[in-house]
Amino acid sequence: MSGRAEQSNRSGQPKRSGEVPALALRGVTAGYERRAPVVRDVTLSIAEGEAVALLGPSGCGKSTLARVAALLHRPYAGTVTIGGETARGWRHRAPREQRTAVGVVFQQPRMSADPKLTLGALLTEPLRACGRGVEARRLGAELAREVGLDEELLGRRPHEVSDGQLQRACLARALVLRPRVLVCDEMTGMLDASTTAALVAVVERYRWRSGAALLAVGHDRGLLRRWCDRTLDFESAGGMTDSGSGGLRLRRAKDRPLKGAEHARTPRPPDTTTPAS
Amino acid sequence: MSALLSVTGLSVRFRMRQGRHIHAVTEVSFDLAAGECLALVGESGCGKSVLAAALLGLLPGNAQVRGAALLPQGPDLLSADETTMAKAVRGRQVGLVPQSPAAHLTPVRTVRAQLEETVRELTGVRRAEARTAALEAAERAAFPADHLDRHPHQLSGGLAQRAATALALVGDAPLLIADEPTTGLDRDLVEHTVDELRRHAEDGRGLLMITHDLAAAERIADRVAVMYAGRVVEIASAADFFGPPGPRHPYARGLLNALPEREFTPIPGNPPELGALPDGCAFAPRCTRVAKACRTDTPALVEGTACHFPLERTAPAGAGAGATAGMTGPRVGGGGPR
Repeated sequence: MSGRAEQSNRSGQPKRSGEVPALALRGVTAGYERRAPVVRDVTLSIAEGEAVALLGPSGCGKSTLARVAALLHRPYAGTVTIGGETARGWRHRAPREQRTAVGVVFQQPRMSADPKLTLGALLTEPLRACGRGVEARRLGAELAREVGLDEELLGRRPHEVSDGQLQRACLARALVLRPRVLVCDEMTGMLDASTTAALVAVVERYRWRSGAALLAVGHDRGLLRRWCDRTLDFESAGGMTDSGSGGLRLRRAKDRPLKGAEHARTPRPPDTTTPAS
Repeated sequence: MSALLSVTGLSVRFRMRQGRHIHAVTEVSFDLAAGECLALVGESGCGKSVLAAALLGLLPGNAQVRGAALLPQGPDLLSADETTMAKAVRGRQVGLVPQSPAAHLTPVRTVRAQLEETVRELTGVRRAEARTAALEAAERAAFPADHLDRHPHQLSGGLAQRAATALALVGDAPLLIADEPTTGLDRDLVEHTVDELRRHAEDGRGLLMITHDLAAAERIADRVAVMYAGRVVEIASAADFFGPPGPRHPYARGLLNALPEREFTPIPGNPPELGALPDGCAFAPRCTRVAKACRTDTPALVEGTACHFPLERTAPAGAGAGATAGMTGPRVGGGGPR
């Protein structure tokens, strides 16, 4: 099994040969019971600036894989490399420079936000955790603008804002340390169409400026195809290998992906009639 | 056609500290016919779920409700006292398919125990008969019989959803309210769940589906009502709304255009605070068609659109003929999902 994974990996280096992938998983097996892992021998690599979508039904293990990629879950086997460096620890044992190189946004903002923190404190918490609390005020205001949160909302606590507003804060928190890789695990699963489009535009604006890579996990095929450079189908536990260049389950996005900020900034075309004012 | 549910001028205010008021729902009126599915769509925090809670008498104590919501035989849902609601309405006249069913079910009891209890409460049968009735109820919602002895945490999202649907169907209520029934489910399960809900509406029930999932609404709804900042700003037949004529309210148009299958462009700005609504049209600050009148006068719902300057329908003659007539009843021959 591992032989095959290595082989597919060797033949499937990212197309931009010579580049170090921003994020690479090799032969990852992970789960919650050693005898019945939810993902088996998964190999996947994402180039700098590339957006890759991982598609699959509920319970197929895609979120577990996202947690491994974000160094939040220790796999039973396999390696994770971030910017060419192999991960040396997981969760709080991960070295800070690796831990902070990956930003994560989860599906349910209510469950990933400390109910006691105000949104302002929430989105700058990573700065304080890294001893950069002095920058919190300046960067916090900047980021709030970036994700479309009104200044007035920063003083509120999670129960006083809507899901969409709280998810904006969670996205800001993921971006505050300027990660090189962003992992979005069903980021827009609970949100309406307009908020979804707005958050995707924020992510793309950030990636356009910073060149960060993206791993987007979800089950909305239409959305992920529109959003990402390529989509991978995660069909069943462990059934996926990424050859990087056209494997069986790898499918290129048909639609043009959203390109950076231009798309978001383009004003909507004027409507057919103008109101008589 | 007589309406199964007739809501007129429904408003809900929440009284807050320091005399502030949250205007969660304002002047909402609509009818729902037998066999019809009305989808209520809008951004999170626009008042959709408060509307459902008002119809079920489940609002907290600081809520002030105005208006009327009439069932053909039965009390006004908005003014009935708690005893009437509990004994005669909830489960019997109005069934609720809840958001996040896994949290709605009692965690420490099996699905079978909860179904049997509901059957006994709602139909008054004896314990022995309740057992077979519970099996039948599970079958109607396509809940597998071999999972009946499981606890809610042992069910997948889809099965928990079916268990909750089974509970909602026990009382044979003529009106079903589904509050975000598909949140967090994957696309196949979403389609399966809404198809089932639609099927229950086929045999003469009415279905009010509250959702932010436009694809799910398109799949099963006969009509679509769009809510913004507590008001219904557009109500149209689903065929017109999702089809070539398109929505006429700029907000509804923007919401539809935000879909990844369409322009994938967000509506600029954020929805207003329900505690501090602007004068005039609440959408005016975000609207590209805004004019002076929008900032002073609140537009009334006329011909299905609450806008001073509604967009033209782009349809050729014929296709848009049902645009306003769609207010009165279900699509002719409105069959299963498209």
